Amino acid sequence: MPSIKELAKRKEKFVSGHRLCPGCGAGVIARLVMLAIDKPVVVGCATGCLEVSSTIFPYSSWDTPFIHSAFENVAATISGAESAYKVLKKQGKIDKDIVFVAFGGDGGTYDIGLQSLSGAAERGHRMLYVCYNNQAYMNTGIQRSSATPRGASTTTSPAGKVIPGKLQFSKDIMSIMIAHNIPYAAQTIPGRWNDIVNKVEKAINTDGFSFINVLSPCRLGWPHKPEMAMEITRIAVETCFWPLYECENGKYKLNYKPKEKKPITEWLKLQGRFAHLLKPGNEHIVEEIQKEVDRRWEELLKKCETS
Amino acid sequence: MPSKRVTKTGNEIFAEAMRQINPDVVAAYPITPATEIVQIFSQFVADGIVKTEYVAVESEHSAMSACIGSAATGARTMTGTSSQGLALMWEMLYIAAGLRLPIIMAVVNRALSAPINIHCDHSDTMGARDSGWIQIYSENVQEAYDNLVQAVKIAEHPEVRLPVMATTDGFILSHCLEVAEILDDETVQKFIGEPPKRPTIFDFENPITLGALDLQDYYFEHRRQVAETMKKSIRVIDEVADEYAKLTGRKYSFFESYYLDDAEYAIVLIGSTAGTAKDVVDKLRNEGKKVGLMKIRVFRPFDYLRVRKALENIKIIGVMDRADGLNSFCGPLFSEICTCLYESEKKPALMNFIYGLGGREVREEDIETVFEELFKIEKQGKTVNTKYIGVRE
Ligand SMILES: Cc1ncc(C[n+]2csc(CCOP(=O)(O)OP(=O)(O)O)c2C)c(N)n1
Ligand code: SF4
Ligand SMILES: [Mg+2]
Repeated sequence: MPSIKELAKRKEKFVSGHRLCPGCGAGVIARLVMLAIDKPVVVGCATGCLEVSSTIFPYSSWDTPFIHSAFENVAATISGAESAYKVLKKQGKIDKDIVFVAFGGDGGTYDIGLQSLSGAAERGHRMLYVCYNNQAYMNTGIQRSSATPRGASTTTSPAGKVIPGKLQFSKDIMSIMIAHNIPYAAQTIPGRWNDIVNKVEKAINTDGFSFINVLSPCRLGWPHKPEMAMEITRIAVETCFWPLYECENGKYKLNYKPKEKKPITEWLKLQGRFAHLLKPGNEHIVEEIQKEVDRRWEELLKKCETS
Repeated sequence: MPSKRVTKTGNEIFAEAMRQINPDVVAAYPITPATEIVQIFSQFVADGIVKTEYVAVESEHSAMSACIGSAATGARTMTGTSSQGLALMWEMLYIAAGLRLPIIMAVVNRALSAPINIHCDHSDTMGARDSGWIQIYSENVQEAYDNLVQAVKIAEHPEVRLPVMATTDGFILSHCLEVAEILDDETVQKFIGEPPKRPTIFDFENPITLGALDLQDYYFEHRRQVAETMKKSIRVIDEVADEYAKLTGRKYSFFESYYLDDAEYAIVLIGSTAGTAKDVVDKLRNEGKKVGLMKIRVFRPFDYLRVRKALENIKIIGVMDRADGLNSFCGPLFSEICTCLYESEKKPALMNFIYGLGGREVREEDIETVFEELFKIEKQGKTVNTKYIGVRE
């Protein structure tokens, strides 16, 4: 793995000038992922905040070939490019080793894009799929997705007088992807550069489909103080809300175990979308969330021990 | 030129043309009545007869998306579908055209649900008529072959770079054996040539951002370019047809005129029904009636000028649509014919006939009924209410 100094010297492929909000996680993730790939790389991006903010014609933040076609199909679009690569390489029309990366938001990954993602994973195209997961449809104004956590207030699961924000817990996309028997799946945060860079390196050196789920703070939708963006992702890890782990060929590995698991309120209290949960009368919801976080954490520990 | 006669169905001939074209990538999903095309082609891939990378996607939406990803790399890319499959691709059809990707698609025309029906009409491709795809329709298996081979050259032409669909009528052509003449593999390869160079996402020296966000300041200009390209493609379609005629002796145009020159009554239609209509025209001509037929081959772009010129001297015209417009007035072909004759000084009378939906058989008697309706019209210069042919009212 490169040191931070070496990384800093690499040519940037995701460059400044984009119009993501200050304090947005998506830009940091895109930059780190691109820095971690020291090879020719073709990028695909689903419709969403990252794509609309980085490719406003005639400008582009992508100093590498880039394609966006629609919202629900980045995995299928890159499937086509990767298939073309295979056949053109066989014909000797390309000599380079090309890496393919698909970026999708949680909406483009967990919801509307799940089918094309599943198809591409099952077919085993050699690509890295990165879900920059800000846990809602941010580009269209903070609507709930199946990645939105229980209790979060969004514009389509608002906290009201009778309904306290989203009722469901988030979909377990990692298990879904791992059930495709893909060779590499991992969960990470932009707040630990070495964790994400290491995982991207592993993924692109995997012969097959790989999937990385990255927590992506959204200062508008969560909302949080812009300067807290990276810190918030580390707190997600410390509370075990967002464990850092990977699954290589079916073998689970926890990459980081908090010395002392912080209570979920540490994560909740930093974000406006959970503010109503911390008011009197909603203690039972916080309890439920804590219970679910504990259950998922224990389940993960077991998988890491037994796989 | 080296060629041979074969007996094949529409689907078999499409697959055969694809084998000869030998595309880099095919991404497709099965649907009746187009399924056979990809089945036959998959066997070519499995037997190593073609160099193609076959992507067995999980839906037509992904088929077109994968075609877009593939074509964006410069790879020659093909697919095939029908009906609901084309409908599911709808979003991506516009994107393929807007990104100026020369994807080639074999479409087998089939009705759209509901009610679900697997048989022929033109509702599916008519729904895609404004998507920016060039559309070429076939009367028979021979034309299906010729159209698909020409489609490659049209799509990839540096002045076009638009996707092209070549179609056959579901079951009527897709599943019926006909004799056709095909070129040998080498001649096809020479005719289509290597795909001409264009900007691709495999250019790392000059990386491009494809599919950028256009706001109020650029979107209109980019769509305007597509419109202009569609116009320009008329000349290219003619050039490709000329070149193809030199190879094969078979000369294609935007439409075929059958006894139109001195006709007083004429039918305009698309697809396999032209065969039946020609027989009826022959019969009525023998009876001394001045009747004729225009078979539209290229529906997009629509060659308004030449269609107008060919039709404006006819007194009474019946336009037969194998798709309904459900607009309370007329079908899509009628709209075009009506529009292109508006500019004409001599306005023929126009009548629209909706026929053959969901594979309803079209017999000679039906075409005769259409002519009889036309004979009843005495005055030029007006349109007559749309009539449905062959349906229980
Ligand atoms: C087929 C389709 N449906 C809906 C939309 C509108 N839309 C664009 S982006 C988006 C939400 C994106 O959410 P996500 O994938 O989570 O990315 P984010 O914006 O949060 O980064 C939606 C609903 C669309 N572009 N296409
Ligand atoms: S709305 Fe959220 S996800 Fe979108 S650019 Fe702003 S901070 Fe980033
Ligand atoms: Mg999102």
